[in-house]
Amino acid sequence: MISDVRDAKQKEIAEVLKQLDMLTKMTGLPIYPEPKTGNPLWSDVRELDLRYQIPVKKISKFFDELKKGKVLATRCSKCGTVYFPPQDDCPKCKTSNLEWKEIQGEGEILTFTVISVKPPSFAHYPDYVVGIARFGDVNVTAWVDGPREKIKVGSRVKLDVSKREPEGYITYRLILV
Amino acid sequence: MTNVAIIGTGHSKFGSRTDVNLQELAWEAVKQALEEANVEQKDIQYFSVGNVGTWSAEPLPAVVIGEYCNLAPSGTMRVEAACASGSAALRDAYLAVKSGEADIAMAIGVEQMHQSPNPTVVEMIGRAGNYFWEFENFGLTFPGYYALYATAYMNKYGLKEEDLGKIAIKAHHYGALNPYAHFQKEITMEEYLKSRPVAWPLKLLDSSPITDGAAAVILASEEVANKYTDSPVWIEAQGVGSGTANLSRRTDFTTIDAARMAAEQAYRRAKINLDSPWKEIDVADVHDCFTIAEIVAYEDLRFAKRGEGLTLAREDQTYIGGRIPVNVDGGLKAKGHPIGATGVSMAVSLTRQLLYRAPNKGMQAEIRNGRALAHNVGGTGHYAYVTLFSTRRPGL
Repeated sequence: MISDVRDAKQKEIAEVLKQLDMLTKMTGLPIYPEPKTGNPLWSDVRELDLRYQIPVKKISKFFDELKKGKVLATRCSKCGTVYFPPQDDCPKCKTSNLEWKEIQGEGEILTFTVISVKPPSFAHYPDYVVGIARFGDVNVTAWVDGPREKIKVGSRVKLDVSKREPEGYITYRLILV
Repeated sequence: MTNVAIIGTGHSKFGSRTDVNLQELAWEAVKQALEEANVEQKDIQYFSVGNVGTWSAEPLPAVVIGEYCNLAPSGTMRVEAACASGSAALRDAYLAVKSGEADIAMAIGVEQMHQSPNPTVVEMIGRAGNYFWEFENFGLTFPGYYALYATAYMNKYGLKEEDLGKIAIKAHHYGALNPYAHFQKEITMEEYLKSRPVAWPLKLLDSSPITDGAAAVILASEEVANKYTDSPVWIEAQGVGSGTANLSRRTDFTTIDAARMAAEQAYRRAKINLDSPWKEIDVADVHDCFTIAEIVAYEDLRFAKRGEGLTLAREDQTYIGGRIPVNVDGGLKAKGHPIGATGVSMAVSLTRQLLYRAPNKGMQAEIRNGRALAHNVGGTGHYAYVTLFSTRRPGL
């Protein structure tokens, strides 16, 4: 669950804040020596917790279909350009309300990496493989699932839609064929 | 339109600068540049500030710096072009002078990444690809983006780990000679090969560090420059380009289109032969945020043919004395990469190279053509700036 991830992070933060409170009580100021150099650092008392609300109305069909297990791209009926990630505007033709088209069949891994040093918001996952695969006229970036030693440039993959735990939201991944 | 000259340069020590705040750090570079050019603040009619921020506390850095450095009330703005923000600031100040709006302008680049803990910085930089489709859902990190390039390059051209290691070793060699560098320590191939993985195939020693630093240059129009200095370094030409935010929208992961375009623009403007531009350039600073980026840069800048950048690395052709000396200030890898300062830092390093003022003899390239090149990429080719600096007045 998304809140579990937050709880784990907040526990760490709470510990740091407790120390900061103690420091402020002891010295009257939230200033502590930087461990390596001893340089005095003011530890910000005002926290900014950012979490954005990203509008997805124009591509809401993508998420509706994702729930049904499909990954969709958009296609301009005028010039034929296929867009993935999907977008509802074709800037080339200056038209909107593009057609939707499922990404089907097998793709081919163009490149990949294994993320070892993870961002804190992904720290609750084991090291993950991110790849870019070519499916006809579009590329898809996603986690690659399969035995690590078998993941190579040129490997055949297909798209799979499933819930990713522990966040528990539906997303797509590339799995080795 | 007038020619534009650099008449003063300033550079702070790069590193973990917890001894100063953002504006104090900027002042170190600004003060040095003012003194070097013998210019007073009131003469600076416009200043631009390259700073990406978010990891540091001040949300309006240009204003805070203007106040601290006594540059207000001159016009200013904060400029963002990711890791090329410094070059963007330089461009902004350059255009202000070139257009005739200002006789003297200043470009300042500053970044203090250590105001946030390292994991937070990793998180923030990771968000700098395409946020939603790459970071939110798949947790790509910045080394991860370049690792995608490294994997593709290895697969296509047979690049080996050791080839990347040679780039890191060269960077640390010159970093060890540079008193301004974050890392002033040589490394061995053994240390490189043992360094821990960050985003396979890239390791810690393939990566530029999280750095604090500032750099500044003072620019003047041709008429004014001659009053201040007998040795102006001219901004001969600049090329700019941009690329997709989504890496998946790129077609080739062994070259950066935006950088190739920027290089070609700059070469054409300076009337440089596109077949072998390196013959007309004495020294270059290229964007080596990761070792693979330097190899790709060799090719994008036409220092080597496609797929042959790794040969330059293998043959040590980018040390002083080779085909073209590259990153003899230690590069982003060893000098450090305070994102908003990097582009201005390149301008400072190269200006000093052209004037035979490298801070250490061992890192001074031989100047034959009087021309140096800076290649500064924002993101993974989201932005690209290629700037040519020359001791010869453009048009001569």
